Amino acid sequence: MTLTSSKGWQFRQPSVLPGFRWTLGFTLVWLTLIVLVPLTGLFLKSSTLGWDAFWTLALEKRTLQALKISFGTAFLAALANVVFGTLLAWVLVRYRFPGKRIIDAMVDLPFALPTAVAGIALTTLYASKGWIGSLFAPLGIKIAFTPLGIVIALVFVGLPFVVRTVQPVLEELDREVEEAAATLGANRFQTIFRVLLPGLAPAVLTGFSLAFARGVGEYGSVIFIAGNVPFKSEIAPLLIVIKLEEFNYPAATAIAAVMLLLSFGLLFVINLIQAWSRRRYGYGA
Amino acid sequence: MDVKVQNIRKEFARFPALNDVSLDIRSGELIALLGPSGSGKTTLLRLIAGLETPTDGRIFFGEDDASKKTVQERNIGFVFQHYALFRHMTVLDNIGFGLKVRPKNRRPAKAEIRRRALELLDLVQLSGMENRYPNQLSGGQRQRVALARAMAVEPNVLLLDEPFGALDAQVRKDLRKWLRDIHDRTGHTTIFVTHDQEEALELADRVVVMSQGKIEQVGTPDEVYDTPNSPFVFGFIGESNGLKVTADHGGIRFNGKPLNMAAAPDKHGEALLYFRPQDIELIESGEDGLTGSVIATRRVAGTRHVELDLGSGTHVELEISTEQAARIDRNRVTFRPTRWKLFPV
Amino acid sequence: MAHDTLQPDRVTSEGPLARGLLIATSLLFLLLILAMPLLAVFSEALRKGLPAFLDALKDEETFAAIRLTLLVAGISVPLNLVFGVAAAWTIAKFEFRGKAILSTLIDLPFSVSPVISGLVFVMLFGAQGYFGPLLASYGLQIIFAVPGLVLATIFVTFPFVARELIPLMQEQGNADEEAALSLGASGWQTFWHVTLPNIKWGLLYGVLLCNARAMGEFGAVSVVSGHIRGQTNTMPLQVEILYNEFNFMAAFAVAALLALLALVTLVLKSLLEYRFSAEIAASRRH
Repeated sequence: MTLTSSKGWQFRQPSVLPGFRWTLGFTLVWLTLIVLVPLTGLFLKSSTLGWDAFWTLALEKRTLQALKISFGTAFLAALANVVFGTLLAWVLVRYRFPGKRIIDAMVDLPFALPTAVAGIALTTLYASKGWIGSLFAPLGIKIAFTPLGIVIALVFVGLPFVVRTVQPVLEELDREVEEAAATLGANRFQTIFRVLLPGLAPAVLTGFSLAFARGVGEYGSVIFIAGNVPFKSEIAPLLIVIKLEEFNYPAATAIAAVMLLLSFGLLFVINLIQAWSRRRYGYGA
Repeated sequence: MDVKVQNIRKEFARFPALNDVSLDIRSGELIALLGPSGSGKTTLLRLIAGLETPTDGRIFFGEDDASKKTVQERNIGFVFQHYALFRHMTVLDNIGFGLKVRPKNRRPAKAEIRRRALELLDLVQLSGMENRYPNQLSGGQRQRVALARAMAVEPNVLLLDEPFGALDAQVRKDLRKWLRDIHDRTGHTTIFVTHDQEEALELADRVVVMSQGKIEQVGTPDEVYDTPNSPFVFGFIGESNGLKVTADHGGIRFNGKPLNMAAAPDKHGEALLYFRPQDIELIESGEDGLTGSVIATRRVAGTRHVELDLGSGTHVELEISTEQAARIDRNRVTFRPTRWKLFPV
Repeated sequence: MAHDTLQPDRVTSEGPLARGLLIATSLLFLLLILAMPLLAVFSEALRKGLPAFLDALKDEETFAAIRLTLLVAGISVPLNLVFGVAAAWTIAKFEFRGKAILSTLIDLPFSVSPVISGLVFVMLFGAQGYFGPLLASYGLQIIFAVPGLVLATIFVTFPFVARELIPLMQEQGNADEEAALSLGASGWQTFWHVTLPNIKWGLLYGVLLCNARAMGEFGAVSVVSGHIRGQTNTMPLQVEILYNEFNFMAAFAVAALLALLALVTLVLKSLLEYRFSAEIAASRRH
């Protein structure tokens, strides 16, 4: 089977392996049915609103505020994860200490633990009467039911993204590079901050973007701890749900379309940065 | 600068990597550390650099006891086997790195760092590449950037670990000549590690042959090739044959037969006779000498290699001219080494 | 050449003080963010002892939620497994135009908010959706019913298996399959006897992660479920309902079950990584 067109344009390189047609066909059909048609449907639906109506809905004050909160808290959480996730990856790759294997496995907990469970657990902990919240309450810091609570939940959700992108890059880092810096007179601090961390930048950036993207869309772990006060701690995904429950489908669609566009834009930028990094430095993440 | 290695011992997890090694390197010399893998040559280089700490012994740079200094304080230039260039820095930033990380009081001005880096780039013939990233260079170019980076700090001694190991054959030969040229121009004391004897003999002023954590011989390329002082050096550098013989009363016998070769009169008993395949003369079958049956002959470039079985499982290989080869008996050949050396068993 | 791996190298490591400080900081962070929440779940669930915990679970609605969760995962995971293997075969074993785009599209669900993942199906099959009226006229219900839950779950877990297998199969190359074919094996035989044994641990790894997400998904199923008690509530949704009714005991009891599932997943995952690191490493690098 060859899918060649008349002018030598070749759809695929020949191969003796069988099953290309079947697997590609099945993949395309399944992908179209499950992913492409539903997503396209959403955009079509929002386009039937008309340009003006769409933007009126999308730029409504409460919506804008919710988007701001979602993106703002996700950004802060991703930033926190860059610091602690990179540190954690460093500690896991470079040092030996008892219980390291368990700690390493623990990092994936947010991938495995249902978000609703994480949500109620974090709320219980960080409420002003909770184990951790009660430590901060006397200082006048309220965590649960404030935007700070949202950030905590998003830190939980995003942590493994940073650790798991930085960790393998760190593992493959050549010790010779550090030795080279040392032979050139750099002290340990200079080696870390001028040689190692800049070299990790593409991986850290990828981890940041993944954690950020996940945080923007996160729902389950946030709604319990957020307090959900409109204009204060109401996230965009929750607003979609609220609009749905009010049977306000146009509004739900409009917000969803804006979020999707922003997420896909983000995805696109990440890919651009990756490609640029790979072209220039010969490595991405 | 002179480098003096004094009774250095290095153990890795109780396994000795270097055993009581001493070595004097004169200022401006180009020295090769030559040996098979596991001989300790890289460990010695890393100890001189300060990348490893000796278990025992001391290292002097000139009069200074360098063993008390950290790698940062030793001011050495090290070229790593895989170059270890900083991938996120341009070529120019790589070369200037050693100057940029100096403490403020010793750090040259930015413009001066740039000037020196450009000068070195010119020296390694990479002018115009200053804004490239390592990823955008060929292997040979990376190697030259690594050398320029190491030289930028005006090192006391330049250390190179298998500098040509990761390059293909042609680039390797070009860079070899070029390194010698750079060395002659800059005059840095230079030590490089290699397992390639051809590279060591062609490039170095003196060769340090190492085996199993010890120095076997130190000498000029001529010395180590022409007068190896141990069976190991004989075997490791160039081709050689080794035979178990007996020495008595100034004569040498093989399988009881006299060879008409003189040994020192005070040597008695079993000994090892070493000679190179080309250092032989073919003689008449009746004369005293070594006789063997021909197992195989091979044409190698302008000569012919003849493999002989001398009996009792001893095989030797001779190298003779093609004219001689045309005249010899196809089955049995008698010969006598012209240059050889006896070693105790 | 002989690099000592046993004794820490002074040149490329920090002093003991810095090291201790860094380890302590990261462990404290992990404790506050990861370990304590997990502990809190079990401590809240067992606050009144084991019998009370078991009592809290003994509830017809909770049983229904457990059954539904198993059913939804039981349908969507195998479907994604088949899809994942097919997609990985196409992408890893062949070179064709548009491969990069296909690969990106498969990952798309990862960057869609769970709520939107549910919403898209409401827009298609809900009363106001494109096919809603048509389906209603045949008496078929997808939204606020099991099919909707399954669809949303498949969407959310769509990339898991393929993501795991593609890098693994790319790294293994085609040589094994070509050898089998040259020895006269048929396509199916090649797949069963050569490819599948090569990828089985990576496949299991992917299925494990896929299953954890399928059973734990909240946002997407929440939107399509309609929260009909005893009928369309999965376990995570049941947790929410109980929690919002201030029935914390029961909410944490169900949450503890889900947390146990997560722990089992993590243990199995670590075991797989430990035993078959070489086979799984390929995918972890990407």
